[in-house]
Amino acid sequence: MSNSEIIVVKDLVKHYKEIQAVNGISFSVYEGEIFGLLGPNGAGKTTTLEIIETLREKTSGTVMVDGISLDHNPNAIKQIIGVQLQAANYYPNLMLNELLDLFAGLYNASIDNAEMLALVGLETRGKSKYKELSGGQKQRFSIATTLINKPKIVFLDEPTTGLDPQARRNLWDLIKEIRSKGTTVVITTHYMDEAEILCDRVAIIEKGKIISLNSPEKLIDNLIASGFERKKEVKSANLEDVFLSLTGYEWRDE
Amino acid sequence: MQEKKNYSQLRAMKAIAVASFRSIIRNPSAVVFSIAFPLVFIVAFGFINGNSIKMEVGIDPQSDTTGTIYHSFINSPNVELKTQFTAAELNERLNRGRIDAVLKFDKASSTNTEVVEIITSQASREKGMFVRSLVTNLIDKQNIEYYKNVSLHVDSSIIERARETTKPTELRETKISGREYKMIDFILPGQLGFSILSAAVFGTAFVFFSLRQTMVLKRFFATPIRRPYIILGEALSRLIFQLLGSSVIIVIGHFVFGFTLINGIWTALEMLLLSALGLIVFMGFGFVVSGIAKSENVIPPIANIITLPQFLLCGTFFPIDAFPKWLQIISKALPLTYLNDALRMIAFEGAGLMDISSQLLVLVLWGVVVYAAAIRFFRWE
Repeated sequence: MSNSEIIVVKDLVKHYKEIQAVNGISFSVYEGEIFGLLGPNGAGKTTTLEIIETLREKTSGTVMVDGISLDHNPNAIKQIIGVQLQAANYYPNLMLNELLDLFAGLYNASIDNAEMLALVGLETRGKSKYKELSGGQKQRFSIATTLINKPKIVFLDEPTTGLDPQARRNLWDLIKEIRSKGTTVVITTHYMDEAEILCDRVAIIEKGKIISLNSPEKLIDNLIASGFERKKEVKSANLEDVFLSLTGYEWRDE
Repeated sequence: MQEKKNYSQLRAMKAIAVASFRSIIRNPSAVVFSIAFPLVFIVAFGFINGNSIKMEVGIDPQSDTTGTIYHSFINSPNVELKTQFTAAELNERLNRGRIDAVLKFDKASSTNTEVVEIITSQASREKGMFVRSLVTNLIDKQNIEYYKNVSLHVDSSIIERARETTKPTELRETKISGREYKMIDFILPGQLGFSILSAAVFGTAFVFFSLRQTMVLKRFFATPIRRPYIILGEALSRLIFQLLGSSVIIVIGHFVFGFTLINGIWTALEMLLLSALGLIVFMGFGFVVSGIAKSENVIPPIANIITLPQFLLCGTFFPIDAFPKWLQIISKALPLTYLNDALRMIAFEGAGLMDISSQLLVLVLWGVVVYAAAIRFFRWE
C-alpha cells in the first residue's frame, strides 16, 4: 500500500429535488488499499459511489480519479475502473461465457473467459445463465465483469448483502485476492464485521456527511479511549462462529 | 476528449449487437411473432383459397356444349363450373355475388359462328372481369387458329397479313396471363409488413424497458461505450433478426405457395431493403412506448394501440378499397399502409424505387415525426 492518492473527492454535493443526498463530502483513497464507505441505508454511500463511477451527475464539488478530472474526461475514468452495481442484472438469456464476451467488447479487452471464470471460482459455470446462479455466485460473476479491463480501481456496492456466512467469507477472500494484485478496492457495506476484516480505512457516512474516517483499529481504539465499554461481556466466540463450526466454513455451490 | 487511443466504439457496439441477437433468438416470443405467426396466416390463407383466385362460373342450361370454345373454357385453370342451376337460379346467385359470371354458349345458326354470351355483376366485379378476360382470350386464340388454317390454303401474301394481325392478339394474351394475381401475392406482403411493425414496436419497447429496469443499461454506462452506440447495437441485431425472418417468410411463400417475385432474387432483396426501412421507422414507436410505459404490464396495451388499428386498417388482410371512404382516410394516414403498398408493388408489379417514391416519402415523414417523439419521451434511467 503506497501513500499516493488515487481518488480525491472534495466538497462533493448532490441535491435531488428535495433531498440532500450528499452534503459536502471530502476524502481520498490511497492506491492499493481497500477503502470502505460505511453507513446506514440512505446515508448517501451509493450516491457518492455512483458519482465517482461517472453514473450520476454531481451538484458541485470536484472528483479526481487517477489524476483524471471527472468533469473533463469521464470516459477516460470509465476505462480504468471496474464497477459492480447494487442489484444490477445482466443481459437476459445469455450464458456467462457470452456475457463475458459482451463485456470484453464493451471494454475493448481481450480476455480468456475460462481464466476469468476460474479467477472467481466459476470455472464450471461458463454455460450457465446468470439467473441460474446462487446469490454468492451472482456476486462473484459480477466481480468478474469488473475485472475485465484490468482496472486500477474496483468499486463494489454492498457485494455481500443477502449472502449466507459461508458465501460472505468466500467473497472476502476474493476481494482480498484482488487487492493483493495491486488493485484498489472501494466497497460500501453496512456490515461492520465485514469492514473490520476487509478495510484498511473506512469512512462512516451519516446523512450525506462523513462523520469519521480512519482505520478500523484506530476508530475502535479511539472509542475505547473515550471510556466506552460493551454492556455485555464478550465471549471468545459468537453465534456466527457456532453456525460456521456446525455447517462448515466451506462455501458451497447451491 | 481523449480516450485510450485504441478504444473503438464500433467494437463495443458489435458486442452489444451480438449479445442482443443471441438473446433474441433464445426468446421464444420473438421467434413466434416474427416468423411463426405470419407463416401461420400465410399457410391458412394459402390453403383456404388454393394457390390462386378461383372463379365460379355458372353455365346457362340452354348452352350448346358441343363447340370448341366450350371445351377450351372448361379446361381452363382456376375455373369452377356450376352447371346444376336453372337460368333464374344462376341470375339470383350472380346477383348476390355467389358466382362471378354466367356464360351461355351458342351457335349462330346462319353463319355457323360460335357465340358466347357473358353476364357479370357488380357484386363480383373483379372476378367477373377475370372471367371476361379469360373468355375473350380463348376466343382470340381460336380465331387466330382459324385464320391460320384458312391462310394455309391460300398464297403466301395472306400468310404475312395473318401474322400481322396475330401480333397484337398475342400481346394481349401475355397481359392476361400476367395478371394472375394469387391470394398469396396479397397476403404475404401484408403479413410481412405487419410482422415488421409488431416486432419493431413490441421488441424495442420491451427490450429497452427491461434493460433500463434491470439496470443492464446502467452497467453499460459504467463502461466506455457511448449511449448512441448502445441503441445502434440493439437496432442492428433486431434488423438482422427481422431480415432473416422476412427472408424465411419470402422463401417459404415463394417456393411453397408460389408467391410472385417478378424479378426473382432482386425483387426479394428489394423487399428486404424496404423491410429494413419499415423496421427502422417502426422502432421509433417502440422507443416512445418504452419511455412512456410506467410498468411492464402497460407495454402490451400501449403497443397494441399502435399496432392493432394498423393490423386491421392498413391492407394486411383486406384491400383498403373495400372500406368505406371515411375509413379509407384513416387507412391512408397510417404508415403500415404505405409499407404494405410498396411491398406489393415491388413484388408483383416489379416496381422500382422511383415508382414507390411517394410511399417511401410518407414512411420517412412518419419516421421524422416518430423519432421526434422518441427523443422527447425516451428515458435512459
